[in-house]
Amino acid sequence: MAKKQQVRELEDVVVKFVGDSGDGMQLTGTLFSDVAALSGNDLATFPDFPAEIRAPHNTIAGVSGFQMHIGRRKIYTSGDMCDVLVAMNPASLKANLKWAKPGATLVIDSSTFEEKAIGKAGYIENPLEDGSLEGYHVIKAPITELTTESLADLGVDKRLAERTKNMFVLGLMFYLFDRDIEKPLEFIKQKFKDKPKVVQANQTALKAGYNFAETTEAIKITFKVGAAPLEKGLYRNITGNVATAWGLLAAAERSGRPLFLGSYPITPATEILMELARHKSLGAKVFQAEDEIAGICSAIGASFGGSMGVTTTSGPGLSLKSEALGLAVITELPLVIVNVQRAGPSTGMPTKSEQSDLMQALFGRNGESPLMVMAASSSANCFHYAYLASKYAMEHMTPVILLTDGYLGFGSELFKIPDVNDLPSITPPMADPDDPNFKPYRRDEKTLVRKWAVPGVAGLRHRVGGLEKTNIDGNVSTDPLNHQLMVNIREEKINRIADYIPLLEVNGEPEGELLVVGWGGTDGALASAVTRMQEEGHSISHVQFNYIKPLPKNTLDVLSRFKKIVVCELNAGQFVNYLRMLFPAIPYHQFNKVQGLPFHVQELTDIFIKLLED
Amino acid sequence: MISYKRIEKSPVELTKQDFVSDQMVKWCPGCGAHAILAAVGNVFPKIGYRKENFAMVSGIGCSSRFPYYVDTFGFHGIHGRASAIASGLKIANPGLSVWVATGDGDSMAIGGNHFIHVIRRNIDINILLFNNQIYGLTKGQFSPTTPLGSVTKTSPHGTIEHPFTVSGLVMGSQGTFFARVPDNNIKLMTEVLYEAAKHDGTSVVEILQNCIIFADKVHEQVTNRDTREERQLFLKHGEPMIFGKDLDKGIILNGTRLEVVELGKNGINEGDLLVHDMYTRDPGIHRMLGWMKPPHFPVAMGVIRAAPADTYDDLTERQIETAKKNSKIQTVNDLLRSGDTWEI
Repeated sequence: MAKKQQVRELEDVVVKFVGDSGDGMQLTGTLFSDVAALSGNDLATFPDFPAEIRAPHNTIAGVSGFQMHIGRRKIYTSGDMCDVLVAMNPASLKANLKWAKPGATLVIDSSTFEEKAIGKAGYIENPLEDGSLEGYHVIKAPITELTTESLADLGVDKRLAERTKNMFVLGLMFYLFDRDIEKPLEFIKQKFKDKPKVVQANQTALKAGYNFAETTEAIKITFKVGAAPLEKGLYRNITGNVATAWGLLAAAERSGRPLFLGSYPITPATEILMELARHKSLGAKVFQAEDEIAGICSAIGASFGGSMGVTTTSGPGLSLKSEALGLAVITELPLVIVNVQRAGPSTGMPTKSEQSDLMQALFGRNGESPLMVMAASSSANCFHYAYLASKYAMEHMTPVILLTDGYLGFGSELFKIPDVNDLPSITPPMADPDDPNFKPYRRDEKTLVRKWAVPGVAGLRHRVGGLEKTNIDGNVSTDPLNHQLMVNIREEKINRIADYIPLLEVNGEPEGELLVVGWGGTDGALASAVTRMQEEGHSISHVQFNYIKPLPKNTLDVLSRFKKIVVCELNAGQFVNYLRMLFPAIPYHQFNKVQGLPFHVQELTDIFIKLLED
Repeated sequence: MISYKRIEKSPVELTKQDFVSDQMVKWCPGCGAHAILAAVGNVFPKIGYRKENFAMVSGIGCSSRFPYYVDTFGFHGIHGRASAIASGLKIANPGLSVWVATGDGDSMAIGGNHFIHVIRRNIDINILLFNNQIYGLTKGQFSPTTPLGSVTKTSPHGTIEHPFTVSGLVMGSQGTFFARVPDNNIKLMTEVLYEAAKHDGTSVVEILQNCIIFADKVHEQVTNRDTREERQLFLKHGEPMIFGKDLDKGIILNGTRLEVVELGKNGINEGDLLVHDMYTRDPGIHRMLGWMKPPHFPVAMGVIRAAPADTYDDLTERQIETAKKNSKIQTVNDLLRSGDTWEI
């Protein structure tokens, strides 16, 4: 049986599974990446699926994909172009071939390349026969047919047999990557534990795919990706949205204030709501509201009631929450608003990522309405920043907007599991019962933070609300000088949080020719491009902002040390214009992409080289 | 009687004076809101919870100044959102007695969505709905309860939209508690507010409130003291539906319709009248009672409906208790280590 194959050792590899919406590509991709993780690879994944749940069969609109980047070195992004593309039908090949590197390996289910499906995909000729795939390493196999055959003895119906083809292809891929199949077989058993027939069908198909790969002549190369030198510890694979949910839970536990989430389903933020709804055993109260406004207003009510109020949303939802955000600002209550950004304006492209809402987060409210704005920069560190957003919200009695994005939220990467007891402490400024000096707007001199006086606690009766209040006493007031004072205090209170956030750290030399500036979810792509160029000897450094308002105290100092600065964003230039407003003396270049796609390392490198040469 | 199951009882007896705030009451002299404040002052000590366990929440409008005038915890929210804020407050902190002061504009128009959903969920809060059929604080525009054809500042030719009947909206939202009172009957209002507090679930109390400036006497036909016995039916659970100055009229069910009858005429006697059952879950008669209006019917006052049902906040607590008992995940550290993990 054994045949001679070339084994190629890889530093890193990008694999993408694509197929029709119902072909199970998300599950296939997840299983493949879980096994990679268990084998010690570092990795990042990203699902790429249409907004439609089941678009018409075999059309481009219905193509669903799952991309992953695995390696024996540090992996920063889910990758640009893929090395291995698995295409389950003509439409998915048509839509994705442009993302395959020249010479890439294509695994194709040839059973699906029938005249009708080829036509629906927009091909005139069968691409498997017209020579258009020359230059690729093509492994074509009648996967659907082989799957059905392999299940012939089990007596399963045709529909189930066809739906199991993703496991066949997964088996094939495990062979191609020299992986053990015990773990996925066990996973299948767990996942379908109430349906023994489905377990048997899936396991059989997986083994059949593996055996087919072992014997077929079509496979000329197999791959080997060794273990990455990861820091010792306990790991798991985690998506940004789950990491966000868990970070919030950890903050509630450490602060002793119960978690209340008021939220309305919206892509790509819904998974946070779904995840938190599972954890009643941790005391999380999750309220699926009638709309975005009720989501935030219920969270404000909960915060007033002494809970850690949270609302989660995406751009259009943040627009609806604007008025209530102002209410949280003026009542000076803790509130965490997670905005998993997506391409706008309006409904825009719900499943596509964009750094769309920085300006909205900073300024999208009536009146002088300052609040803290933060951004997570990787799927795994969503945990950390959700935790910290909660900490700052409670300790500084302010709403905090945490910006993540669809790319981080849906994407996954390895997460080194922390001990919750090792996380920074959270000490909310609770008012003491029967404090004779209690006044609703009496403040800590250093931080300007007022006390959190919870209903039900004796001696703290007071009223807050959306009307301007006098400082200290908190009575309704339209006094001109009091308003000026309160406006100044609210701004200063936020600015003083700068004393409690870390300084910017420069990746590379602290001065030089070119500084690449990014914020939030672009960290992986920017760090990859800059690291690569540093290795090639260029004078280039990188900073990524996680704190937008207030900015780290050394921001101007860092920016002043470079001859050129380029601010790279997946929007039309929101952060660069914020920096221009705050530090107008610095000349900024900018690189913007607004396509609903992440940065590609190559396009960044091209821009940086050009800037260095100019 | 109040159960004091989730909300703590006051160790000392409280008085009306305990709930008077230090703020100047700024409603117009003659406004019906003063009576509501008086009734609340009467009923809070009677309810008997600890003073700190009362919370008043409001939206925007004349009604929504209410929290400033009661010495409890108070939250003056934004337009239409009082029910949403109160929902979060009650779910997060079930040990509070949460009261919402709102108006026909605040709850029927801009806050209509929150209003119907809080009722549907049956969250245990009490909503005082000041229905003066006008926008007062913005100085006289028609509201969703303004009668068809009314001339107001934004309907100089008369309104051309059909008004909501508050009871209809509450019952349509599967409300479990609805009561109605006129603003000039503080005694009845106090009794009704006590019933609202007693009810587990969302209680809506519609108060026919007079706006002396922009919609004076809109409820006059019903609330005038000289004629009210003829125009109002005071409902009492378990008692026949009798009204009239001489208690000579009543309500019967004739086929599928309510009908006003005179006692002693056509052989009708008290035994033929409908007996009020406010606790029945079937909303049929409650709906019809809520709809009654002049000229053919008296307006039903008092508690029309107080049907028992699970409350959202109580179910939340029960789910959490069960999950805490049964789940392997007791801490976030347990959660972080659940599922697929591996050591490197």
